[in-house]
Amino acid sequence: MGEWVGKLLLAPFVELGALFRLLFEALFWAVRPPYRGRLFVDSMEFIGVGSIFLVALTAVFVGGVLSLQLVDGFRDFGAESQTGAVIGLGLTREIGPVFAALMVTSRAGSAMTTELGSMRVTNQIDALVTMAVNPVQYLVVPRLFAGVVMVPILTMLFNIVGMFGAWFVACNLLGLDPGIFLDRMRWLVDWDDVAQGLVKAMVFGLAITLIACRQGFFAEGGAAGVGRATNRSVVHSAIAILMLDYIVTSLILGQGFF
Amino acid sequence: MKLFRRNAIELARPSLSEEILSDPVHVRIRNLNKSYGDHRVLQDICLDVYRGKTNVVIGPSGSGKTVLMRQLVRLEKPDSGELWVDGVDFAKLEGLQLEAKRRTFGMVFQMSALFDSMTVYDNVAFPLREHTTLSRLQIRERVMERLASLEIADAAPKMPAHLSGGMQKRVAVARAMILESEILIYDEPTTGLDPITTQTVDDLITEAEEKFGVTSIVISHDMASVLRIADRLSFLHHGTVVASGEREELLRSEHPATKDFVRASRVSLD
Repeated sequence: MGEWVGKLLLAPFVELGALFRLLFEALFWAVRPPYRGRLFVDSMEFIGVGSIFLVALTAVFVGGVLSLQLVDGFRDFGAESQTGAVIGLGLTREIGPVFAALMVTSRAGSAMTTELGSMRVTNQIDALVTMAVNPVQYLVVPRLFAGVVMVPILTMLFNIVGMFGAWFVACNLLGLDPGIFLDRMRWLVDWDDVAQGLVKAMVFGLAITLIACRQGFFAEGGAAGVGRATNRSVVHSAIAILMLDYIVTSLILGQGFF
Repeated sequence: MKLFRRNAIELARPSLSEEILSDPVHVRIRNLNKSYGDHRVLQDICLDVYRGKTNVVIGPSGSGKTVLMRQLVRLEKPDSGELWVDGVDFAKLEGLQLEAKRRTFGMVFQMSALFDSMTVYDNVAFPLREHTTLSRLQIRERVMERLASLEIADAAPKMPAHLSGGMQKRVAVARAMILESEILIYDEPTTGLDPITTQTVDDLITEAEEKFGVTSIVISHDMASVLRIADRLSFLHHGTVVASGEREELLRSEHPATKDFVRASRVSLD
């Protein structure tokens, strides 16, 4: 019983250790030739281009529902003119990076884990090793870099489409003045807010691709094991995104730690 | 697109002396040990693999055959012992030297382990793209030549999932041999195959030895197949090689576990 509790308490640290080890190994191999540009482009296409529709679709509805809630709430004390400003701030700083990362996790992260997990259990990763090709360099490095580049780009897309959704609902369905909506947004949101969101998106991009690769790369136990790894990948990534969101926000704002 | 490509592996591959090439023993394993936690899987393995021959390691399930294979190609590092290949202790190598020496070996996995996101052509071309500076045309010539020699040229544009087990094995052999590896290792090559496909794979192993002069190491427990292909046999029991020699010698071994295994397999030299 004691041993079981001990293992349970140590598990997060073991997992964190495995993640950092894989990250350092990836960084080590990232600077060594050969540099496989084609794989990097393929990964960017898979993570980024393949997620555009999903990110845009969720963004338009998230923006729309924010408008619905905020206009309704602000009307109680006559502050509905601030709707655009608050939505702009919320999207660029928080909602954009968090939602974009969650969407990438659910679509690309889970697929990455499944692909690498299948390669592991069918000896394809071992085959790479026997052909003198480092599997971390070949499989993990391009995916990590693609995540760091593409999640911020998807975040920008989320911000733009989300603002459009918010504007459409607020101004066309709820009767807010478009000029005031956009003017208030421009008044409160500046480039620092956008940059804050992009920094978070880069951190999330690294975290979710690292978790997806770690879970897939070390999957074991046949098809069932790959399924469990995919499940863990999505859950761990979602938790990591929300935890890192708090940590990065605290670091940027310089407050919030004990 | 591979920028600043430096073919370290090609550069590091040494030319072998006449003395080494005339040694009939290609791989010498001495006192090789491997444990997982408290469980000792390989115990003081001593084994000679003969050049240009089909060397088969047999043994019951759980005797350590696959673990031995993983040490042979350095998918895992042995805890102790020596693994001499062409005068170099492969067990001690690390980094680029290890990668260079790995090219000596080609590996055919039990389930073929073809990259399922690539066509047959791309699977076979993969090692050439990674380790040589050959032009696209030269790669094409070499791949098609190798596929043709194994009678699977028509399968070049197909995906591995669309091939039969026997065809997949042929592609795996083509991929393993494309860099002209001197030693081919087959892990349970006939497990789960029907008798006709088993015969095809056996012929393939023999062909690879005869046509290309490679040293073959086959890990198997399929005695019927083993008797068709083996030049030399070694019997692995509880992680130790308990009998080794020419096919006939091993089948007449007096070691109890070997006798039981041969008897249970219901095979004879006749």
